[in-house]
Amino acid sequence: MTSGRGYRRFREGGIQLLLMLCASISVLTTLGIVVVLVSESVPFFQHVSPLAFLTGTRWTPLLEPRSFGVLPLVWGTTVVAGGALLIAVPAGLATAIFTSEYAPLWVRQVLKPVLEVLAGIPSVVYGFFALHFITPHLLRPLVPQTEVFNAASAAIVLGIMILPTICSLCDDALRAVPRSLREAAYGMAATRLEVSTRIVLPAALSGVVAAVLLALARAVGETMAVTLAAGHTPKLALNPFTSIETMTAYMVRVCLGDAPAGTVEYQSIFAVALLLFALTFAINWIAQRTMFRFREVYE
Amino acid sequence: MSVVSTQPQSPGRFVPAPRITPANRTPPPPGAAPVLRTQRLTVAYRHKAAVREVTLDIPPRQVTAIIGPSGCGKSTLLRALNRMNDFIPHVHVDGSVYYRGRDIYAPGSDPVALRRRIGMVFQKPNPFPKSVYRNVAWGARINGYRGNFDELVERALRQAALWDEVKDALHRGALELSGGQQQRLCIARAIALQPEVLLMDEPCSALDPIATARIEDLIDGLKKEFTVVLVTHNMQQAARVSDRTAFLLMGQLIEVDETARIFTNPSDRRTQDYITGRFG
Amino acid sequence: MSATPAAAAELFRPALSRRRVAGHIFAGLCLAATLLSVVALATLLADIAAEGLSLVSWRFLTRFPSTLDPLKGGIKSALWGTIWVIGLTILFAVPLGMGAAIYLQEYARAGRIKHWIELNIANLAGVPAIVYGILGLALFVRWMHFDRSVLSAALTMSLLSLPVIIIATQQALAAVPNTVREAAYALGATRWQMVRSHVLPAALPGMMTGIILALSRAIGEAAPLVVLGAQTYIQFTPEGLFDMYTVLPIQVFDWADRPQKEFHQLAAAGIVVLLAVLFVMNSVCVGLRGWQQRKHLG
Repeated sequence: MTSGRGYRRFREGGIQLLLMLCASISVLTTLGIVVVLVSESVPFFQHVSPLAFLTGTRWTPLLEPRSFGVLPLVWGTTVVAGGALLIAVPAGLATAIFTSEYAPLWVRQVLKPVLEVLAGIPSVVYGFFALHFITPHLLRPLVPQTEVFNAASAAIVLGIMILPTICSLCDDALRAVPRSLREAAYGMAATRLEVSTRIVLPAALSGVVAAVLLALARAVGETMAVTLAAGHTPKLALNPFTSIETMTAYMVRVCLGDAPAGTVEYQSIFAVALLLFALTFAINWIAQRTMFRFREVYE
Repeated sequence: MSVVSTQPQSPGRFVPAPRITPANRTPPPPGAAPVLRTQRLTVAYRHKAAVREVTLDIPPRQVTAIIGPSGCGKSTLLRALNRMNDFIPHVHVDGSVYYRGRDIYAPGSDPVALRRRIGMVFQKPNPFPKSVYRNVAWGARINGYRGNFDELVERALRQAALWDEVKDALHRGALELSGGQQQRLCIARAIALQPEVLLMDEPCSALDPIATARIEDLIDGLKKEFTVVLVTHNMQQAARVSDRTAFLLMGQLIEVDETARIFTNPSDRRTQDYITGRFG
Repeated sequence: MSATPAAAAELFRPALSRRRVAGHIFAGLCLAATLLSVVALATLLADIAAEGLSLVSWRFLTRFPSTLDPLKGGIKSALWGTIWVIGLTILFAVPLGMGAAIYLQEYARAGRIKHWIELNIANLAGVPAIVYGILGLALFVRWMHFDRSVLSAALTMSLLSLPVIIIATQQALAAVPNTVREAAYALGATRWQMVRSHVLPAALPGMMTGIILALSRAIGEAAPLVVLGAQTYIQFTPEGLFDMYTVLPIQVFDWADRPQKEFHQLAAAGIVVLLAVLFVMNSVCVGLRGWQQRKHLG
């Protein structure tokens, strides 16, 4: 190592600059995403008016007569993500209440790896599970008219996918509630059910809400599982046992197809991606604000 | 928080206590049957005994103080009286605690029913994040109170000497009150359930002297209706407020006697040392 | 105040047995919910194993997929594609991510800029993977003309993994007690010397855990690569940066989407391989956490 304070300072400065460039990549990434999405959507919105895009109810970009109303895709995403929340929120919250208020310590220690594994299983695997197990062996016996591709199976596996997120975040929120509140409630002859649901849960509420929102954002952005399970027929259907198409599944469909660059179909990917990005960004932002406020109270 | 019950919470055969009428609320003659009695009570956490073989009587409608150096097991002993120790993992209880003649640790006895009659006020004020009114009414609501809630809340707040300060702000958040007010609110909340015994675990240690003085006055008034067991590390407080005092050292009950006698002429050498400030 | 204390006491109807029953029912429901996760996982793994385990063999790993005789085929192309893509991703993402985290944790002054950068990274962690694919498509495939190559894939997956790596590394660095830093400074070390010789080694297990978790996610991600134009059914392995490729999750996706039964078996077998790889990485993580515990206790 050569001497010279000048050299050392130069080296230190150089290292700091290098590291700062690394950090700036994240800023550039966000910038890049926004720039790409917006700039590639501009030609699309010259073809299709934003109003028609956002309020139209027919999405047939590849068939004549073409229509670019995105609502069926948004509806498909809503049904699948909403159904996933319907499953994951009660189950995850109840599991979190069980581990934080009822169960002995070892239950949480056994459950933790189980949830980690569930969270780590790739999306394609869940898609496979939905298509080849849930639909034929779970849904068909109960609802014989269930189609091969259907929203319900996608919602079920998506629910299992986001369950670990909800469970661990709710568990954190419940545990953040100070012990003294529970003691006060038990001291007044309350049962465990009453303490859990009437004191602890309300006190942890904003943390729970943040957890649900984060899980929702994740569900909205999920791709491979819903592509395999829910199908590729964009429609505004109320029946969950028929096939629909989510925003993400549409993007996969076009990318796997042969739409040449510069065509409206190709450009529609970017428009849908822009909408998807805006939605997940908004949900995540609200979730983080809520989580921040929750942490402020308890720390 | 891992909440584990060490006793099976099976359906209790807990016999309801006899109705408390004005007639039997007059001060008892000395030697009246104790309302709470521990018999060789031992409480251990993971094989380390915090309370050793304590046999103690709590006479009705008096203030019994439990004093001793920190870590001597006073709080553990207090919490054993309403089975709040059940919530601590790996806790083991030996011996008995008799409330109205029945062992509260017998299998089949119901801690929830017990806690309605033996209430507790904690060291740090812990009001719920609700309004003043709902804090006081909460316990009564849970326990199926059928009467007039407004009257219940007012009566409890008056008894806790807090009514005048909050009567125009009953629906404001409890957390907006000062520390001393919050603690009086916790007292009001506990007595709203009309318990027979009130356990107080160092209720003033987190408060300033003025708030402390107000609560001490309050305790003096409470004993007309309730039996109070007070844990305190402040000897002067015990001397001011209590009728009887028990001295605990390293989990063992060294001496228990009328307050006046303990503080002027204790029988045991160790009590003498503690009171004169030799240690603790 | 009309009611006397006595009358008040008899107005309590605690209804203990009803409340107790309600409590038991509730506890039962919560227990059932907890078991749901376990049952779901067990069912999933059992189903996959039942359908695919029999097909997994050394032949399966070393053969290319076949359309004529599907069950004789294998996942060689996907396996090697994954190795290429993930290998390159490690090369790009790990130094960049560590560098960014070191800068944020050890160098950057606390203030608005740092706060905004960290907020930005947290947001990036929540962006759907497919959007990263869109970014990669426009930036690497088209603008830089890397086309549908392993290079584009690795760069895109690096961007995807960066937020997770940065956050995990920052947490690992933050967990190193300040006394370590102060001791190094007291001996006359420069900031970089302190970081390199004292802080990094202490934070290493935590950092590696985060990196492995990010890479586990990247191995299983198909969505961005589909957008990038990864192939779905090829019979060659990449041999250079600009070669085309496929990866395990995409191969599984392709097989799972076909209607014929043989392909379902193949998909299940591919999943077994994929899960086995992830299991190995997860075990390394667990081992690292154990190492980290020992480091702090020793």
